[in-house]
Amino acid sequence: MSRNYWITESELDVQEVVTKVTRRNAGAINTFIGTVREWTGDKKTLYLEYEAYRPMAEKKLAEIGREIEKRWPDVETAIVHRIGHLEISDIAVIIAVSTPHRADSFDASRYAIERIKEIVPIWKKEHWENGEQWIGNQKETVEGAPTEGELK
Amino acid sequence: MNELFFFAELREKMGEELLKRDVSGMTVQDVKKVLIDEYELSKINEAMVAINEEFASSTTVVREGDIVAFIPPVSGG
Repeated sequence: MSRNYWITESELDVQEVVTKVTRRNAGAINTFIGTVREWTGDKKTLYLEYEAYRPMAEKKLAEIGREIEKRWPDVETAIVHRIGHLEISDIAVIIAVSTPHRADSFDASRYAIERIKEIVPIWKKEHWENGEQWIGNQKETVEGAPTEGELK
Repeated sequence: MNELFFFAELREKMGEELLKRDVSGMTVQDVKKVLIDEYELSKINEAMVAINEEFASSTTVVREGDIVAFIPPVSGG
């Protein structure tokens, strides 16, 4: 079985991720594509660097997939996150979710990206014209990761 | 012996990703204190900790051979 959750240093391909969740019983495939934004307020990003704790990051992506399977019936999910040097407009993450009906695919896709921002050990470093900084935007938690129950 | 992994700004502060050191028998919180005392790694207080690739609490005791990773606030996506 080909894996549905992975980290790569290569350019991402939307069709490859969509194909992983394409199946006869799906009436909807929702894709989320996260890209590198140039402007954040008045700060101009030149490029980003992503770093991952790779084996754990892939495990956590798969864990998000299992959480989704518990919450929505008959769902198939694939997630890929790119690491390394990314330019403006490059794709950093692709999520594809297929379900029989559209509402669940929207909801599960949203759930996946929010969870990525909480529990998957991936970090981005912003490089601006006048400096650089590691960004941290997870929940303010030190005692382990937020659990499923803590999420709305 | 244990392997301690550091990422993002913690890795930059340490100068490398991997530190080999025996911290078995210590709690996660004890290990953090050692790193703060010896490496001035104060930012480690904001980090979550994973043992063998699963999140651990501050009271978890590290065992011989465990891989301990310090996870600064994540920012994927």
